[in-house]
Amino acid sequence: MKNLEHSTETKRIHWFFNREYLRGCLSGLKELPLFSIMLLIVFVFLGVFGKFFTPHDPTWTDLNAILLPPFWIEGGNVSYLLGTDPLGRDILSQLIAGANVSLEVGFAVVIIAGTTGTIMALLSGYLGGKVDAVVMRLCEIALSIPYLMVAIVLAAILGPSKENIILILIVLGWAGYARVLRGEVLRVKEGDFVRLAVIAGCSPLRIMLRHILPNIVNTIIIMSTLQLGIVIIAEASLSFLGLGVPPPTPAWGSMCAEGRNYIFDAWWISFWPGLTIMLVVLSCNFLGDWLRIRLDPKFRQI
Amino acid sequence: MKRYILKRILQSTLSLLVVTFIIFSLTHLSGDPAVLMAPPDASQADIQEMRVSMGLTEPFHVQYGLFLSGLLKGDFGRSFKWNQPCLEVWFERFPNTLLLAAAAMGFTLTFGLSFGILSAVNVGRWFDKFGKIFALLGQSLPVFWVGLMLMWIFAVKLGWLPTSGMGTWQHLIMPAITLGWFFTAAITRLTRSSMLDVLDRDYIKMAKIKGVSRISVILKHAFKNASLPILTMGSLNFVFMLNGTVITETVFNWPGVGTLVVEAIFARDYPVVQTTVLIGSFFFVFVNLLVDVLYAYIDPRIRY
Repeated sequence: MKNLEHSTETKRIHWFFNREYLRGCLSGLKELPLFSIMLLIVFVFLGVFGKFFTPHDPTWTDLNAILLPPFWIEGGNVSYLLGTDPLGRDILSQLIAGANVSLEVGFAVVIIAGTTGTIMALLSGYLGGKVDAVVMRLCEIALSIPYLMVAIVLAAILGPSKENIILILIVLGWAGYARVLRGEVLRVKEGDFVRLAVIAGCSPLRIMLRHILPNIVNTIIIMSTLQLGIVIIAEASLSFLGLGVPPPTPAWGSMCAEGRNYIFDAWWISFWPGLTIMLVVLSCNFLGDWLRIRLDPKFRQI
Repeated sequence: MKRYILKRILQSTLSLLVVTFIIFSLTHLSGDPAVLMAPPDASQADIQEMRVSMGLTEPFHVQYGLFLSGLLKGDFGRSFKWNQPCLEVWFERFPNTLLLAAAAMGFTLTFGLSFGILSAVNVGRWFDKFGKIFALLGQSLPVFWVGLMLMWIFAVKLGWLPTSGMGTWQHLIMPAITLGWFFTAAITRLTRSSMLDVLDRDYIKMAKIKGVSRISVILKHAFKNASLPILTMGSLNFVFMLNGTVITETVFNWPGVGTLVVEAIFARDYPVVQTTVLIGSFFFVFVNLLVDVLYAYIDPRIRY
């Protein structure tokens, strides 16, 4: 036993001085999608602290500055960098403040739906039998519902609010996690280390949490990154239809909807929020793809 | 095989039942239809009479049973707003949505297939990279924004196409592109991967050695063999399109099923909302079932 410990200890020191290993790490970092990560950090930062950084109050209406174009176009005003909407509100301030809704909904849904999905997958994959049958039926039902339509109906009936949007997207979103992760659990479960843990007398709970969960964390991270983009678009779509967070709270989707009526005179009202959504979601997808290639050995060769 | 199909049909029926239950109980919770339907000057007694005649005084499970038996007879209830059976309202709008989805499918297949094939043939070169970016963009752009920006460029700036509504074939172009955009990305990716899979096979090499022309190898030998998964995916996408028209139709004021749902929601006309979502779910579940059975037929391993 002592020998074994000694050897892992030397290995641990060894890798630190191992040039090749370090070089491998660095070359991995070089491919890091820096742009995406930076954008997501800015997004999270503005989502949390955005209200302190808006150049104007996002709900303040300046009746002398209605439908001003961005500052570089004639008639624009430097104090309203990206222009104003028909009520004279500053677009840039609304964009910054609107990050809050997308961030809160996005993270709440990804975290809660992800956790629910993971628990369901662990239970159904590891325990099998009746639990598996029930969870998989629930999953199938959740996946065979036309997503957007039901979300619209639910939002209409429950009434538009941030909490309801989060609830709806969780109810419709957990099944995707559960189905993919269950497959992973089934694969990991066959490993010798799980059998050894069973022989050693570990409780099912301990095996699920300490032996299986760490082996599916990669997949959870990849899925969550991709899911974040999907949830942000879903929230924006509901807001666009007027079923999202009620006004005057600024949200990117409802800004786009407002711009639709002014598309002839003021393209900038819907241009900027859409562009912002695209950049955030694109970053999520880039990062998710990169993580998939880095973390999943199956894809490393491609 | 028979057992598998039977099992899948039972599962799908269960899914549909759950959907009807969710939608029924939610609309049940949303308010008293008698109050919504009654004329503004109706007295309390009139409303009570309506409740009795509509069966609203029955207990919940009896009402649900009546609702289900009505569905089986094709009775989806009556619209408050249009004052005619919901199914008729739906049938008036459905052809428009079908037209839009068909046009979008045309766009998707034309561009998705050609981009996919070109990417696979030029793998690793600039066209492939372009295709990759295109596919990633397709997944990242919000549908409503694509629609609005197309509208701004082609209708407002260039003045080539009408902004919204329905009528001539020009009206169809922008909504079709908007709706098809997302699916084009998916088809491009799928075509690329299944083409790459086939292009590696021996019979392709054989055809090349025999001196068959490049185009003929790509289209006749490779694409023909790669087209099965694309066909399945394409037909599945068509149903997703039929269900996903809500946003595109709202952007372009297209008088289809999608705008019907939104109009009905804002008019609190829940029977119509119920009908539309139920029919949509039915399509969705049915096509999922069809695809599963088809796959099981092609690949026997799935059955077990």
